[in-house]
Amino acid sequence: MVSLCLGVSILWFRFIRVRIPMTSPWFSLAFGLYLLAAGGFTVFIIRQQKWVFRWSYWLLVAGFLFHTMFLGYGYYQLGLAPVLDLRSALSFFAWSLVGVYLIVQVRFKLMVLGSFVAPLAAFLMIISSAMPLTAGPVKPLFKSLWLTIHVGTVFAGDALLTIACLAAIMYLIQERQIKQKRLGSMYNRLPSLATLDHINYYSIVYGFPFLTVGMMTGSVYAQVALGRYWQWDPKEVWSLVLWLFYAALLHQRLAVGWQGRRAAIMSIVCFGVLIFTFVGVSLLMGGYHSFSSMGAR
Amino acid sequence: MRTMLRIIAIGMNHETAPVELRECLGGDADNPRKALTWMRNLEVVREGLFLSTCNRVEAIFVSDEADAAKESVILLMARLGGGQTGDFLPCLYVLEDRDAVRHIFNVASSLDSMVVGEPQILGQIKEAYALATREKTSGVILNRLMHRAFHVAKRVRSETGICGAAVSISYAAVELARKIFHVLEGKKVLLVGAGEMAELAARHLLAHDVSSLKVANRTFERAVEVAGHFKGVPVSFDEIDSELPNVDIVITSTASPGYVITRDQVKHSLRKRRNRPLFFIDIAVPRDVEPQVHDLSNVYLYDIDDLKGVVALNLAQRKEEAVKASRIVEEEVGKFEKWLKTLAVVPTIVSLQDKAESIIQAEFYKSRSALDQLAPAQHEAVETLVRSIVEKVLNDPIVFLKERAGRPTVNTYLDLTKRLFQLNGMETEARGEMEHGE
Repeated sequence: MVSLCLGVSILWFRFIRVRIPMTSPWFSLAFGLYLLAAGGFTVFIIRQQKWVFRWSYWLLVAGFLFHTMFLGYGYYQLGLAPVLDLRSALSFFAWSLVGVYLIVQVRFKLMVLGSFVAPLAAFLMIISSAMPLTAGPVKPLFKSLWLTIHVGTVFAGDALLTIACLAAIMYLIQERQIKQKRLGSMYNRLPSLATLDHINYYSIVYGFPFLTVGMMTGSVYAQVALGRYWQWDPKEVWSLVLWLFYAALLHQRLAVGWQGRRAAIMSIVCFGVLIFTFVGVSLLMGGYHSFSSMGAR
Repeated sequence: MRTMLRIIAIGMNHETAPVELRECLGGDADNPRKALTWMRNLEVVREGLFLSTCNRVEAIFVSDEADAAKESVILLMARLGGGQTGDFLPCLYVLEDRDAVRHIFNVASSLDSMVVGEPQILGQIKEAYALATREKTSGVILNRLMHRAFHVAKRVRSETGICGAAVSISYAAVELARKIFHVLEGKKVLLVGAGEMAELAARHLLAHDVSSLKVANRTFERAVEVAGHFKGVPVSFDEIDSELPNVDIVITSTASPGYVITRDQVKHSLRKRRNRPLFFIDIAVPRDVEPQVHDLSNVYLYDIDDLKGVVALNLAQRKEEAVKASRIVEEEVGKFEKWLKTLAVVPTIVSLQDKAESIIQAEFYKSRSALDQLAPAQHEAVETLVRSIVEKVLNDPIVFLKERAGRPTVNTYLDLTKRLFQLNGMETEARGEMEHGE
């Protein structure tokens, strides 16, 4: 599956390169390295060789560094975090995801996690690179530090919640193996249920505050830029829904003692809402958060 | 024509010989030492090693007269077992050179074991080798061979999953528990009923630092007794209900004809447990825990058949990994053979050096009257001079021979060297000093 993705993506990559020669070399480098890392991590989960992991890991780190340079250059050019169109937003999301993964990896040392994160990051980059490049003057409205803080915290939260979702998926796979008493090849490759539940829990516990702060700074930014804290913009509404979903999950975990399977399913549902809020709302519904309104800058 | 040194392995294992015979040979703990002493006294055996475990008895040795050596070693083994050669000749396997090397690598990597991948064999081989070095029966070839064998075993262990999954029921249960709880440290165990396998599982769990063990039994006295074995706490049978909310792992093995723990009982405890996972290991036949317990959320129930299934799967997996391991062994056998071939040139090199040395001695002797008049320092300078000239002259041919060692044409070069330097006749003395040549 993933290798197919890879194949397609490499073709895609070429196609894009031909069509838009303006793609930043930093971006291309990061993209290429992510793809290699994703391939490496896929090989790792199949062959289970440590050196494959090490190579993939450092490829990912290298990709992350180039990606950081790309974003840093974008920031320098625009004067704000480059997130104003879907292409940039997806790339920024991939960057946050990889960054958060690298931190989580240091903390949990869970090698198999990379096999889930790296392909996802590569996938985000594939979509990102398929989106058209937009260029033009940036509305002065966006040139605010608040925007960068708002976007930075929201994406850090989103990345953590993505990791939570990936851990939940891994949990459900592993739980299914143990419940069905068919201990297949994934049984040995995935860590214990307790570990996965743990990662899911901590990712949400840390991700949720980021999300909260992100929404609060967004509201402050709206007050500074537009003169109102809240104006029932679709993105705002859905973010609130999303926040309530995660708040409910956290409540169930902390107060009711949910853990394991139910918590895992719930965090996957929550992640569905997150994706809709992130992509769906921006594309399908209007409002000042939509990329089309930003594109008309 | 010079005879080649050969590596030979003669032995029997769990597949070729019945246990009575293996006991005969391996029963006495002092047998390996005795065997080595005898081997050392055999003219035809140059280096020897004797391995004796409950599953195998093997003599591994190096000889240049293979047939005579084989006969002597078989006689020696018969003497060790106190029987006739005829009795166990059909149970023996005799392997030479490449096959012997492969066999030793396989044994060290636990590919030839009854339970493939069991870890003890490597330790036993290391012991056997240590004994051989103490008894000074191990030389250049065996030293190298055994070190390579340890290296292969290490590679096989780290590069394949052959020692991975559990192949006993009680250990499979512990492994499952670890896949659920990650660490067993601080977990609480309840042992219901007592039986050999249940106690074994409990023992494994204790080895993983579970924090408490409670033992329930129909008769409280029995519970007290079993608890005594594990420093556990005895509880009465009626207390199972009140213990369920607290424990993490329950092992059951009562002789009860009906279910001892029912779904309703467990379901009841779930709320108090706040969804913490609960793992039932049901070793009893007929079963003690109602199978529907497994359907409850965060509760896992494995009965004896499930565990047997896991073990069968793991065994199959090990067999699969064994194929990978064989590839590693084959690769290493090739490397060892290459090294062995370089040995072929060593006797010629040694006799070349010996010839040079004897010429030096002879010439010094001839010139002794002139040399005796020199001061000791001058005498020494002359000697150094002579030796370094000889060394320099011989260096190129020696390097040349070593480089050609692995090639099929090596014999041509060896012959040529012997004829050029007239080495014939020195061969026999030289071979005795082979050990120094390496």
